[in-house]
Amino acid sequence: MAIPKVCGIETEYGIMVRGADSNPVTASSLLINSYLAVNYRKVGWDFEDEHPGHDARGFAVDDLLAPDIETNLVNSVLTNGARYYVDHAHPEISTPECLTALEVVRYDRAAEEIIRESMVTAKSHLPEGAEILCHKNNSDGKGNSYGCHENYLLARSVPFGRIVSQVTPHFVTRQIVIGAGKVGCELPGMSADDVPYQISQRADFFEEEVGLETTLKRPIVNTRDEPHCDASKYRRLHVIVGDANMSEVATYLKVGATAIVLAMIEDDALGDDWLLANPVAAIRQVSHDPTLQRTVLLHNGRRATAIEVQWGMLERARKYERSHGLAVVGESVGTDVLARWESVLTGLESDRSTVADVVDWVAKQRLIDGYAERHSLKVTDARLKALDLQYHDLRPDKCLAQRVGLQTLISDADIASAKTEPPTTTRAYFRGRCLAKWPADIVAANWDSLVFDIGRDPLRRVPMMEPLRGTAEHVARLIDESNTPAELLARLGA
Amino acid sequence: MAERTQKQKPAPSRTEETVEEAPATSASGEKLKAELDDLLDEIDGVLETNAEDFVKSYVQKGGQ
Repeated sequence: MAIPKVCGIETEYGIMVRGADSNPVTASSLLINSYLAVNYRKVGWDFEDEHPGHDARGFAVDDLLAPDIETNLVNSVLTNGARYYVDHAHPEISTPECLTALEVVRYDRAAEEIIRESMVTAKSHLPEGAEILCHKNNSDGKGNSYGCHENYLLARSVPFGRIVSQVTPHFVTRQIVIGAGKVGCELPGMSADDVPYQISQRADFFEEEVGLETTLKRPIVNTRDEPHCDASKYRRLHVIVGDANMSEVATYLKVGATAIVLAMIEDDALGDDWLLANPVAAIRQVSHDPTLQRTVLLHNGRRATAIEVQWGMLERARKYERSHGLAVVGESVGTDVLARWESVLTGLESDRSTVADVVDWVAKQRLIDGYAERHSLKVTDARLKALDLQYHDLRPDKCLAQRVGLQTLISDADIASAKTEPPTTTRAYFRGRCLAKWPADIVAANWDSLVFDIGRDPLRRVPMMEPLRGTAEHVARLIDESNTPAELLARLGA
Repeated sequence: MAERTQKQKPAPSRTEETVEEAPATSASGEKLKAELDDLLDEIDGVLETNAEDFVKSYVQKGGQ
């Protein structure tokens, strides 16, 4: 039986400083600290249970731990249950654990607004006229990429090999729905002359089918085995192959459709019909073909377009909805995701302009093509690359994505409240509420524990190994009625 | 492909709008086109003044 698809997104934002000398690590720290100084008393992140070197295939690589454990870097946890930190010279926000794709969109948008706010708070720490610019994109156009990762809770009992083989066709072809679009090409030896415009920001950077790396030789399926919860029952699939989306509907379909595909794999309801013969070549080929006409070779010898593979996934999902229901992704969200997924595929096949308000790469392409035509520009003109970058620019007066008429799913009020309030349906609720109520008494926080200092030895660690415990239903009253953390811990029986 | 002909049955609300009301579709297409034209009209005021320098200076460290 598939388990509830607890999910979340971590986004590394592009960062640059204008008008002052700075390196990106310092700038990222300043950005985050300036936000925290206005909004928070800092709570440190606790690394004890972090094991990014653990491989889902059953071995550990200790060297990989090093870059993740630089505790001098800014690392904080917010009252909405999110983590805001510096990672690999980028500011990064991980959303709290969410129970549906719609909730992920809300917290991803809140993260975006937190970055926007941080760009403003940072100004007072910079010389007159200097500013920090952040972009929600995944590449600088010069061969450097940074990630937008998704995370999904899976049952440990599902054979990892089946997850790898069956989810790969979705990861290779879903970019036609959720790609963020990119001017030019960053494969060595290729340029905008060869590929003027492509569907995905990230596809050029994937070199392996499966593996543990995330910063070089990136794999389509990442094997990092670090569940941040009870490892005997669960795994966390760490997905590094997606683009950061400006379109809320794209984020919604990215997480929603993938959660359904993973539930199908858990229930062994997806099958092997769409396995690809050569996933790495296919992911680039699909990205480099905005006409959507070229076919990829399937493992069974047939050929199919990316749209055909996506229709195949959707058809299976419809069957799955009838046979199993979609409770594990949230019944109403799941049904809505399937409807919107179908509508996007229909639009991509018939009239592309009908999906320009939901599909980032189509919205961006219309902008680029329209501008190039109006000014008779060559495909290599820097102004087109500038448009590409500015689509993702988080400055409100420069952001082009905010000007192309993208549909929205979340109200401004719900985005604003998500900056400080946690989701109510996962353990993020416990984390967020405790941090808001007792900031001075929590010495460390992590995905799967909180450490309290209640004034006497030893420090008290509260493990949170079940992602669906510690919800509002479980602990709201307890937190409301406890005046001190000591009282809370006593009542928790900790 | 045989499988593909079976799939488009249960029309979701958004597809219903676009399939059943063809005039509305082209109207929304027209509207999108008009909006794009408006955006292209104003875009030079939004675009970085020296696009070439901006693109050149946009260099990031690789991340995950």
